[in-house]
Formats: sequence, C-alpha cells, structure tokens
Amino acid sequence: MNTIPCRKMFTDTLLRLAKKDANIIAITTDARGSVTLDTFAKELPFQFVELGIAEQNAVGIGAGMASTGKKVFVCGPACFYVARALEQIKLDVVYSKYPVKILGVSGGVSYGALGFSHHSLHDIAVLRTFPDLHIVLPCDIYQTKRLVEELIDYPFPVYIRVGRNAVPNVYENENIEFKIGKAIQLLDGNDLTLIGTGETVYHCYQAGKMLREKGINARVIDMHTLKPFDNDIVIKAALETGRIITVEEHSIFGGLGSSVAEVVSQNCPVSIKILGIPDEFVVHGKPLEIFKYYGLDSEGIFKTAINFVEHQNKQIFKRNAIDEVHSSH
Amino acid sequence: MSKSKLNRIKELQLQASKIRKRTLEIIYLAKSGHTGGSLSCINILTVLYFHVMKIDPRNPKKEDRDRFVMSKGHSVEALYAVLASAGFIDDSLLETYGSFKSPLAGHPINKIPGIELNSGALGHGLSFGVGISLAAKMDKKTFRTFVLMGDGELAEGSVYEAAMSASHYKLDNLVAIIDRNGLQISGRTEDVMTLEPLKMRWEAFGWQVFEVNGNSIKDLIKTFDSLDYTNKKPKLIIAYTTKGYGVSFMEGVVKWHHGVPNEEQFKIAIAEIEEKIKNFKINKL
Repeated sequence: MNTIPCRKMFTDTLLRLAKKDANIIAITTDARGSVTLDTFAKELPFQFVELGIAEQNAVGIGAGMASTGKKVFVCGPACFYVARALEQIKLDVVYSKYPVKILGVSGGVSYGALGFSHHSLHDIAVLRTFPDLHIVLPCDIYQTKRLVEELIDYPFPVYIRVGRNAVPNVYENENIEFKIGKAIQLLDGNDLTLIGTGETVYHCYQAGKMLREKGINARVIDMHTLKPFDNDIVIKAALETGRIITVEEHSIFGGLGSSVAEVVSQNCPVSIKILGIPDEFVVHGKPLEIFKYYGLDSEGIFKTAINFVEHQNKQIFKRNAIDEVHSSH
Repeated sequence: MSKSKLNRIKELQLQASKIRKRTLEIIYLAKSGHTGGSLSCINILTVLYFHVMKIDPRNPKKEDRDRFVMSKGHSVEALYAVLASAGFIDDSLLETYGSFKSPLAGHPINKIPGIELNSGALGHGLSFGVGISLAAKMDKKTFRTFVLMGDGELAEGSVYEAAMSASHYKLDNLVAIIDRNGLQISGRTEDVMTLEPLKMRWEAFGWQVFEVNGNSIKDLIKTFDSLDYTNKKPKLIIAYTTKGYGVSFMEGVVKWHHGVPNEEQFKIAIAEIEEKIKNFKINKL
C-alpha cells in the first residue's frame, strides 16, 4: 500500500531537480508544511521564497520572477490559489504568457471536514476558460514524478492539482508513457467507457475490473490532462463503446464531464453520465466518505455503470420491439 | 546648476510636451482613452525612459535592462507614446490604436516591445515588480525595477501584500512611483477612500519615501538621481501631479479621467501644447 502522498512525490522530485538547476524556484504562502516543502526550504534556501499568507502576491511575484527566466513553482492549497489569486493567474501569468507552474495541493475534497472554504471544486471549470493555461491532475505518485520532470522546461503555464492523502497507485512503476495532453487507456473494452481524472482514476480502474467480472467490458481512461484536452481518445471511445461515464472530484459543472460532453455532443453524440459533486455544499467528512456518499468510489461507479448499461439495453430492446410492431403493420 | 544640466532639463521638457501632444492625438483618433491620468504621468515616464533607465530600444529583451512596470495600465496611451518616442515601436503603429485588430490593446500588452506585464486590473504591478527585483537579487544582478502606480489604485489590498514583501526581502533595487494626482473616476481620492497619511503609511511598511513635484522634470530628475540602490530599502516616490497636466481646461477636472476631447477641445488642447513647444529655446540657453 502506497504511503506517499502525491504532493510529497511532487516536492521530492522538484528538490532533486532543483539541486541541479539553480533557476528552479519554489514559492509558498505559509504552506511549506501542507505542501511538504520543508526539506526544500532547508536544503535550498536561496531557491525558496516564503511570502506569508498572501496568495495574490505569490502569483504576481512568481510571474515577475518567471519574466527573468526563473522556473517558478508557486505552491499552496488549491482552494486559495484558484479563488483569491485568480486574477493574478489570469493576468500576470496567463495573459502575460509567463510559464509559471501553480501547484494546488489538497484539492477537491481533500480537506473534506473543513468546510466549503477549503474545498476546491470549481478550479477546473474556471481555469479551463483561460487560453494556454494547461491543467493536469496526476492520479498517483509515479505519474506525479513523471509530470514534474516534464514541467521543469514546459513552455506553458500549468495548474496542477493533487490531493492531500496518499492514494493507491494506479501504475506499477514510473516507466509509463506520460505526456501532458495525451490521455492513457488503462483497460480496453467496448461496452462502455469510464473516464476519470486525478484521484478518481483509481476508482474507475477498480470499477472497470469489477465490471469485467460481471461480463461487462469497460474501457477505462486516465484523463490526467484537462487542458489541452485529448479529444481523439474521447471521440474514439464514444464511437467504439457508445456510452461514457465521467468521474471527477469536482463540481458536475464545467469540469471533466463538461469537457467530454462538449466533445462528444459535437462529434458523435452518445449517452453520458457525469459523476461529480452535485450543485450543493459538500457534506463534511473524510475524502473517501465523501467519494462514497456521492458515488465516486469504485462501488458507486460500478453501480452506476450497471444501471446505465441495463437501462440503455432496455431502451434499445424497447425501441427494437416498437420498430418490429411498426414494420409488421 | 550647470549649463549642460539645464539644457538636459529643457530637452526633457520639450520631449515630454511632444509626447503629451502625441498622446492626445492617439486618444482623439481612437475616440477612446484615459486622458487625465495619461497626461499626469507623462513627465514621470519621460524622466524614466530618457534619463533614469538603462534600456535599449533595439534590444528590448536585453537581460540586464532596467525594468519598467506600468501598474496603472489604463494610462497606456501615454506609455505607447513614450515607447514610440524612445524607439521601441514605430510611431505609425500609434495610428492603429483603438481600431479593429490593432496590436495596441487598450491596456498594456507585452507583445509590444518594452512592455513587461499585461496590466489593466489594478494592484498587480507591484507584486510583479517585487518578483523581478527578487530574481535580480538572487542572481546578483544590478538592474533596477520601476513600478508606476496610480493613487486610486492604492485601495487595492494586494498592493500592501507586495509592499510588505518588498521590505521583508530588503529590495533596494525596487522603486515604486505613485502618480498622486488626487483624482479617480468617482472624484477626489480622499473622498472615495482615504489614502493619507500616505508617506507615513509607506514608511510604516519599511519603505524609504520621497515626495516630489511630479509635474516638474527638474525635481523628478533630482529625486531619481539621489536614490541609493544599496540601502536595503525599497523606495517609494510620491509624485504630486495634476490630472490632465499640460492642457489648462483638463487640469484637475475629474471628467477627463476617461473623457475624450471633441474636435474643438482637441484643437484648443493641441494649440496650447504647440505653443509650449514653440517657446522652448534649448540651444539659446
């Protein structure tokens, strides 16, 4: 069982790379503990910038430093950066075209019990509308490691969201083909497609395996990058499997589900179920409890998939029966 | 004062008047712009671009250039006129301002040579400037960063996050200038939101503060020349200016914040500035 949170893998990898590259800078806002930047701060004090609780300033400063050629990682809780500092992300980073990397830790419902102030279930919806801002949600430590390595010299600004707790690994090791913008197919199948992002990928994967035992072959896709969006893999899945379930630790509005629906509805309309956090203030609890409550864990996805397939089969059966009646007249 | 120094001042005054004229032309042509705040900061910009900063218009991305950040982005017409005058952009480009697909946006955009930050929303420039200054310190570079803010802008809380961090990191390579024209879109700054005692507030944030007549090229030069870039303190210059400076009927009148002159007003304004230009006798000193 993996015990390393993705945020820790992120900062460990960053530290290792920063030791070889003095231009790599980590900025935080009284969140070195939450982000796990303590070791970085101790070992590379001259590449570390503490700004106190001031997210707007952190992003603005990050952009200023990036304008001189620094490779800047601004790190802190996702909930604060994508609300308080949104305008700095929009103007200083994105509009001004400085490739700052913003690491939002403890995203989604990681701080489940702390209340709405600490949830970030809007981040993808909002940031997705900014041109040239790329968005990545790695699903496990191996992918996180590969992501950090790719980010160092990545020429675009990127928002990365990781959770707080250690999560089970999806991949067996770091030898995976990883490229920002290119989704990964974890299971093949033609009965339906499950698409997850970030921490929901694991649950989709498990659900896919459970479905297989029931004789339903689900295709499972790890959509680690929400922008630029891998349209091709989605269109192919729609064409070949005919129905899609998306699962995200995000509002049902504007995130992964919306992205998939935008692509599918305009290219190859098929039925889609969007699983995420409904339009309400999230129930308080531990992340897994919340996942379970909203049906975002493997069990919930499995049930939704079974119902979806059976319901659709019934619909098809009904339609065929009607067609038969009509044609016999 | 030496003769050459006097000549220098006259030269810059003449330059500022020409830029003022060009700024009005841009606004009149585009039928859009922030006239009052552009006119109030032109002397500051002129002194920065033609006296203080080490910059090379032919090499606008030169690594060790001094940086200028236009935090009061709405006064972009003045900035564009200065950039054209300094040779960063072609003067003919100014004629496109406000037209469909013009590369010149209504607020600064760093696709234009010489512009570092896309501003327009207020309270952004100082943090960005702190970031540049901090990076310069890390790399032991000696270039300096100048950030121009409006006074109405000082109601934005982010300004003080930046102010705190600048003194915390002892950024003596950072100079902020406030275009203290005393007016903002809704009226007098002190009626909209009290900013005074401005000097004391910034000193309390750990800044070294200078007060200067921002309409006076001579005083601006004197102040900038006196700055010590090794004293471990960020510097703030409160430049007391007049909104609409240089055009009598616009001076101190709040409606010119983003008022655009009609044909008659434009002619009167240009005539006043041209008269001033005619009266400069640099070579006869």
